[in-house]
Amino acid sequence: MTVEEAARDEEGVGRVSRWQRLATGSTTWIILILAAMIVVFSLMEPDSFATVNNFRNLATNAAILMVIAVGMTFVIITAGIDLSVGSVLVFSGVVSAKAMNGMDSDGWDVIVVGVIVAVGCGLGWGIVNGLLITKARVPPLIVTLGTLGMALGLAQILTDGVDIREVPAKLVTSIGVGRAFDQVPWLVVIAAVVAVVFGLVLALTRFGRHTYAIGSNEEAARRAGINVDRHLIAVYGLAGALAGLAGFMSLARFATTTLGGHATDNLQAIAAVVLGGTSLFGGIGTMLGTVVGVFIPAVLQNGFVIVGVEPFWRDVAVGAVLILAVYLDQLRRRTQYRD
Amino acid sequence: MAEPLLEARGIVKHFGRVRALRGASFTVNQGEVVALIGDNGAGKSTLVKTLSGVHHPDAGEILFEGRPVSISSPVAARELGIETVYQDLALAPDLESSANLFLGREAVRPGLLGKLGVLDKRAMRRRTEEAFSQLGVGVQDATAAVATLSGGQRQGVAVARAVTWAGKVVFMDEPTAALGVVQTRAVLDLIGRVRETGLAVVLISHNMPEVMEVSDRVEVLRLGERVARFTTADTTMEELVGAMTGALRHEEEGS
Repeated sequence: MTVEEAARDEEGVGRVSRWQRLATGSTTWIILILAAMIVVFSLMEPDSFATVNNFRNLATNAAILMVIAVGMTFVIITAGIDLSVGSVLVFSGVVSAKAMNGMDSDGWDVIVVGVIVAVGCGLGWGIVNGLLITKARVPPLIVTLGTLGMALGLAQILTDGVDIREVPAKLVTSIGVGRAFDQVPWLVVIAAVVAVVFGLVLALTRFGRHTYAIGSNEEAARRAGINVDRHLIAVYGLAGALAGLAGFMSLARFATTTLGGHATDNLQAIAAVVLGGTSLFGGIGTMLGTVVGVFIPAVLQNGFVIVGVEPFWRDVAVGAVLILAVYLDQLRRRTQYRD
Repeated sequence: MAEPLLEARGIVKHFGRVRALRGASFTVNQGEVVALIGDNGAGKSTLVKTLSGVHHPDAGEILFEGRPVSISSPVAARELGIETVYQDLALAPDLESSANLFLGREAVRPGLLGKLGVLDKRAMRRRTEEAFSQLGVGVQDATAAVATLSGGQRQGVAVARAVTWAGKVVFMDEPTAALGVVQTRAVLDLIGRVRETGLAVVLISHNMPEVMEVSDRVEVLRLGERVARFTTADTTMEELVGAMTGALRHEEEGS
């Protein structure tokens, strides 16, 4: 073999066609799995599963988790983790409810104040997470485990451990149960807008590109002149702000602060993101994958109830698919990456 | 003789109680390939990191085009036109080669979209392919993740990035250390093509045949000091090895 032949041979190995990449990408598989679930449930129960009403319910149930999972996607792509989102959600909801109840009004102004307070609280916790991770160099797992406890503890101190059940009526009737054009619930609209906007930010902008670069090789990003610390603080800030928004949506939907209802939100969000093909090792992931990853447990839950399977099977199925998703990620790294 | 492009004088750098550089000097002229050689622990990598802004010298001065400068960060080095190909390449393996070429210097769309930070991926891919073909880097698919490329191709991506952005000089820290025969050949050819673009190249190596083949000049570092300077055409491998091991000493420092 001549040197040129060897060089050509060498070059050929790195080439992977678009189709090959599509076929081996875990997002493709997870979309097919979701589609298959929907088809199976629709065939089994065409009159109750495949209805507008049911899909509307399904989407509403998924909306709050969707907003959290969008922020979690950014965090996990940087090879980080945020365990605090559920507690930040509760804390933001509590402070927002107190702020709104403190106003002597039942108009849109209350709602505007409520959402600003909720998002602001979430952003604050997110920035605290980001500062501790970047400046104090405490690992994200520990920082967010700490703020998980702190945010929930403070929420319970603020409420004496009793849920605030007074929420402005306007909030519940408008955002909580209201629908855009009498069709699409506002909660779903909010979640969809958040997913689309931040999906575009992730895929198309410099902010998104830096998120991937930091997750892929933090040191390389640093040497390339990217302000890694500032970027990570922004990413954790985003995750916190979206958890705050989710807290506001939760208030609107349930008309209470649901102190005890969000203990596993963090794990559900992480599971959704990872199901969607985002790598826990960072550098890889898409928002489309996360959207699908949020819907898989939601569809399973809904479908099992309708076809009469005990809904506990959902957890069994989601657990299995989760392990499969991470296995596919590992397989991809083993077969396509060289080292 | 023309003014040196980059000159380090009497650089001292301590790490705790270890003196990595004890008054090291180094000179790079315009458009030449100068090899920086020395045994393990001679201070080659420390000197390069000092000149590329990763380390800050404890003493000594750096002149760039005759002016004293302080290279306080990698960004400051880049602004002077100094780019470095690190030994570990500093690539993001999950990203495509064009993303790596433009890492930290992404091109954005014109107008409002650009203000929102929307990337111009097509322009970046086009410029990456141009850089690859100019330098003869054998990566056909600029959209493939760097992790799927071979070691030689990755080296090519890292070199192409440095050359694309370097205005004056490219440092290469042992670019062939991890490569096989064919890939080493490709990288040495690449160094030749970089010289043709008019950039100065600093090649850090301890592979003597390689140094003899591609360099114009050789500077030898030993125990944190420059001990000898050669014009490659007028020297032999024995002389270089002698200088590296301390059997031969050409110059006293303080020049």
